[in-house]
Amino acid sequence: MSVPLTLLGLLEREPSHGYDLKRDYDAFFGRGKPLPFGQVYATLGRLARDGKVVIGEVGPGEGPDRKRYVITELGATEVQTWLSEPVEPEPHLQTVLFAKVVLALMLGRPAERYLDTQRKAHLRRMRKLTEVKRTGGLVDALLADHGLFHLEADLRWIELTTARLDALRKEVGA
Amino acid sequence: MNIVEARDVRFSFGETPALQGASLTATPGEILAVMGPSGSGKSTLLHCLAGILVPASGEVWFDGQRIDTLNETRRSTLRRDRFGFVFQFGQLVPELTAEENVALPLLLGGVRRAEALGKARGWLDKLGLDGLGGRRSGELSGGQAQRVALARGLVTRPTVLFADEPTGSLDSLTGEQVMELLVASAREQGTTVILVTHEPRVAAYADREVVVRDGRVSADATVTAS
Repeated sequence: MSVPLTLLGLLEREPSHGYDLKRDYDAFFGRGKPLPFGQVYATLGRLARDGKVVIGEVGPGEGPDRKRYVITELGATEVQTWLSEPVEPEPHLQTVLFAKVVLALMLGRPAERYLDTQRKAHLRRMRKLTEVKRTGGLVDALLADHGLFHLEADLRWIELTTARLDALRKEVGA
Repeated sequence: MNIVEARDVRFSFGETPALQGASLTATPGEILAVMGPSGSGKSTLLHCLAGILVPASGEVWFDGQRIDTLNETRRSTLRRDRFGFVFQFGQLVPELTAEENVALPLLLGGVRRAEALGKARGWLDKLGLDGLGGRRSGELSGGQAQRVALARGLVTRPTVLFADEPTGSLDSLTGEQVMELLVASAREQGTTVILVTHEPRVAAYADREVVVRDGRVSADATVTAS
């Protein structure tokens, strides 16, 4: 999650005070990890320094900072570029799991058991996310779906690898 | 106490072994997902648990009664009166309307036609299909047909609902709606669900998952609610 770009995106809706930005960030993107006020104002300061936001009129608002931040054309272009570019796929879990499986086979350890352990952890997490979906609002459901689809992809890889363990064992020379 | 139990069940299709000592239990009201790769034996296990197939050896128990030793007539009665079924492709009777399809298990059980159709209408309304009772299966979308099949599976208030890939032919969103309805309805009337699926997202609706591999239930892969 890119905090500066997300705050910029929120500012593109309308000029806002730091307090309002934090409130909206926490509501839509925080998911149990609220953004510290210090980080909000430090980020806004850097965005202002880089010409992506300017400080508008100082007026009434909640919180200690009365400054109202306005996105600039440069900031809006950055948001547009960020939104239109695909996110780098992150195969980190599979990389770690792959290394574990291959090493386990090389060392004569129970690779299938390791995969089953991972599988159980994934399914437990999926069950929790499904519960979040069933009991939460649409924003919660969308976030849970994102997690569920990724976990499902990992699980498919785990299933396929489990089915290929014998062949893999021969290939890695164990 | 278990409502359903398989003990060391073995079954072969000709020379090909499908189940090689599968054991499994389900408790009343539990939603149990049976997972596993294609050809692992999970559907065969479901058919043995439901009394559709008779194992070559081992035992199948339902509600304190051994059912693999019952004759076909008694197993058929059991399936009609105590079990409900939902399959991947709704398997609705094409000549009948949605309402008649749902009412079918009740009619076969001797319920009067007017009463059976009334109950069927109630289920169709409950599953968001009000106004579609007069349509035949060819006039329904995949998701609608599967909800009709779900209504038919639940209309007798079965003790156990056996569902074999109930969302397998549906897109993600429609499949999710069917699973929501299946789980909510089963919980509401305390029905045990044995759910065969290869989709982790579907299995995540269950209270517990077991994995069938090479005709056996793999103990290492069993996931219980934490």
